[in-house]
Amino acid sequence: MIDVQNDSDKADLIRATSTGLVCDAGQFVIDPWKSTHTALITHAHADHARPVAQVYYASESSVPLLKQRLGEDKDIRGVPFGHVVSFGQTNVSFHPAGHILGSSQIRVAHDVDVWVFTGDFKRDHDPSCEAFELVPCNTFITEATFALPVYRWQPGSVVAEEIWQWWQSMQSAQRPAVLFAYSLGKAQRVLSELTAYTDKPVYLHGAVEKLTGIYREAGINMLPTIPIDLKDKSVDYKGQLIIAPPGASGSAWMKRFPKASTGFCSGWMRIRGNRRRRGYERGFVLSDHADWPGLIDTIEQTGATRILTTHGQSSTLVRLLRERGFDAQELETRYSADDSLTEETESDSTLNSSLDSGQATS
Amino acid sequence: MQSFSRLYQTLDQTTSTNAKVAAMAQYFDEADARDAAWAAYFLSGRRLKRLIGAATLREWLKASCDLPEWLIDDTYASVGDLAETIALLIARPGNAGEEHSLANWVEQQILPLREQEHELQQRTVCSWWQTQNYEQCYIINKLLTGALRVGVSQILLARAVAEQANLPRELILHRLMGEWTPDVSFWQQLVSADTGESVPSRPYPFCLASPLEAEADTLGDVREWIAEWKWDGIRAQLIRRQGQTYCWSRGEELIGPRFPEIEAAAAGLPDGTVLDGEILPWNENGVMPFAQLQRRIGRKTVGKKLLTEVPCIFLGYDMMESQTNDIRSQSFEQRYAQLQQTVNTLDNEAIRLSTVLSAASWQELAEQRQQSRDRQVEGLMLKHVSSKYETGRKRGLWWKWKVEPYTVDAVMLYAQAGHGKRANLYTDYTFGVWQGDKLVPIAKAYSGLDNKEIAELDKWIRKHTLEKFGPVRSVEMQQVFELAFEGINISTRHKSGIAVRFPRIARWRRDLGPKDADTLDQVKALVQINDVADIADTQVSKSTGNSTS
Ligand SMILES: [Zn+2]
Repeated sequence: MIDVQNDSDKADLIRATSTGLVCDAGQFVIDPWKSTHTALITHAHADHARPVAQVYYASESSVPLLKQRLGEDKDIRGVPFGHVVSFGQTNVSFHPAGHILGSSQIRVAHDVDVWVFTGDFKRDHDPSCEAFELVPCNTFITEATFALPVYRWQPGSVVAEEIWQWWQSMQSAQRPAVLFAYSLGKAQRVLSELTAYTDKPVYLHGAVEKLTGIYREAGINMLPTIPIDLKDKSVDYKGQLIIAPPGASGSAWMKRFPKASTGFCSGWMRIRGNRRRRGYERGFVLSDHADWPGLIDTIEQTGATRILTTHGQSSTLVRLLRERGFDAQELETRYSADDSLTEETESDSTLNSSLDSGQATS
Repeated sequence: MQSFSRLYQTLDQTTSTNAKVAAMAQYFDEADARDAAWAAYFLSGRRLKRLIGAATLREWLKASCDLPEWLIDDTYASVGDLAETIALLIARPGNAGEEHSLANWVEQQILPLREQEHELQQRTVCSWWQTQNYEQCYIINKLLTGALRVGVSQILLARAVAEQANLPRELILHRLMGEWTPDVSFWQQLVSADTGESVPSRPYPFCLASPLEAEADTLGDVREWIAEWKWDGIRAQLIRRQGQTYCWSRGEELIGPRFPEIEAAAAGLPDGTVLDGEILPWNENGVMPFAQLQRRIGRKTVGKKLLTEVPCIFLGYDMMESQTNDIRSQSFEQRYAQLQQTVNTLDNEAIRLSTVLSAASWQELAEQRQQSRDRQVEGLMLKHVSSKYETGRKRGLWWKWKVEPYTVDAVMLYAQAGHGKRANLYTDYTFGVWQGDKLVPIAKAYSGLDNKEIAELDKWIRKHTLEKFGPVRSVEMQQVFELAFEGINISTRHKSGIAVRFPRIARWRRDLGPKDADTLDQVKALVQINDVADIADTQVSKSTGNSTS
């Protein structure tokens, strides 16, 4: 059964409460899900960046994404990576998590007690965001989305080559190739990796297009893109690559692409049943989360003796870490990917090509 | 095996039937006859007899990875497929290993395992795991456990072979039926233009009916249709050729030896006779419950006692071959007349004729259909008088017009993760109804929800788990579902004392709370319970190939 976090344990620098990951000594909450004054945000995915705070602190490069998500009028303050800011009795700094553009691990130091929360992270190379930085600590709060030994990733460049081959085969079959990828992060990673193979333009769903613009302004090198205009009947999508958020799968929007071959980019595609069940022709195993070796290695490399897990296959990871002598425990949080479905099941409202579609989760 | 593994991937990765056919045709074009024969064998759903049990493979997996046993168990539970779990845990990307042809793999590597000592088997198989890439490792494991499923229909396979050999599809489909050895001579015969050869045991592809969803009177003039009872037994094909009898199930299994009384009667049929019909348990009072037939199916050979307790008959529906002539292209009326004559001439009560109902209007037929439950049949079959005996399911000429199923409202009690395609999702549910102030389980159901509902329910289950027992979770007793099922039997194996047949989810009743669910007494009252000996397991169902469909 799930361990229930002990709220009365005041000695902990960071606690999971009904508001979020609360730091009493610093008077702030990390990635809160209930209203609060000061929020520290790891990254711009919807389950981590919710519009519930008065003041937000985040890495400098995630500010434009957060403004897009939370609203231009919000008080969002950018902090350069590695720069130390004092909050109450604590010193806080942001460090790249390698998950999406601007994604951060948050380091919180109180005297000699050093805690790091990863948000979502990955170790693999990704040309569309800052590379993960290892931050030593005593207590490491980590995601555990893919904490099972079957999840091992190939380099993104290898997966991009598979996508490119699929795209080429659809060019010769004269069918549209519709690739479903999260509109924040995954889509831009694919657009960036594909520059190694081609300079052809890619058609984008509206939700992907806006976020891609922010990546371009941040100087990320990507394939040229064309926003899809459903009203323009003159465009022939045969043989074209189209990137759309997963929420568009099975929606009326797909009618514009008859005979399309469909693919989905996700770590979950490592398991055959996940792809078959959703009826995608192709599953590309490309994840923005750490794989099993990435999780285990990172935990060991931080030097932390206490490991707390937030979401994903937490119970498995905790049990293994305990066997290996760590003081490990599950935290109750509202971050998603606590099961295999969250990435895929998006609320109906996201089916409309609103900005939100496809970025509800990480 | 690389080319077969590529074919497998292509078939797995496309939903387009044309692309599937093209991929198979290309494979057959490039493969030599030995490989092509084996490929056709596996693509047609035939399997090797299991060489290594799943429990053994799990043991070997635990011995070959450096992970705690519980973690391997957890991983397997999450992936839901052992062959895949092994490939995912052990095979390295891009590692193709030593290349053997498909035929070589099967004949020289895999089948010889049967003669080997356990230790040598383990060393051999584990070395394959370490040297093959993911795709080949997966296929080898599936071959070892006799569970390779490719997901193409016989018809698609026949289309591909026919395309490649430039022969009619129907001919290939027929040649693929029955039992055959996947060797060079089989393949050469399969694709040879000469149609003179014949294999006496070879059955015809079954003609299948579609469920009638529209109102019956939309079918036009009732006089152009023939109605028969839709029996609940084992659909079978009875062949008498060259002095031999062959009785095939729809699953293309020879089931004759399990029904010696039918085989004995068939010896009196003229050579060159092929009948389509249903095997039914039938005593002096008429048809017996399906559960009784299951006692016969379960055994390869039957003792005297069982033969007397559960006598079986073959109820003839149709005739495909008469006096060695293939008569499938004649009209149903013509074929039925010959069937009638053949059965009457035989005059043996183990082979009977399905009766044709006469009705002057659809209304009258509908009234007769209402008697289905009392007659212990599933409803009516409707066949167009001019219909040919088609290959497979051809919409429009044969319909099954089943009676409405029984329904109850029941509460979800347990959930279990599915397997294969539904791995990672809680898709197998146990439901209960009220007995006093307790909910007793009455049925397990796997199907009936759409993907979106399954996903939503999966999420709910994860958030409302009370306890975990291995792969099973008990959940808060809140969700009510309308279950549909075909019948109820007494069962001492079930806590509730009853077992329901073919339970499935009809609807998710979000409008109902647990208090609105039915009681056990209400369920029992739905039907006069057939007082029979305990049913082995309702889920075993009709493993030997379903009845008329
Ligand atoms: Zn994320």
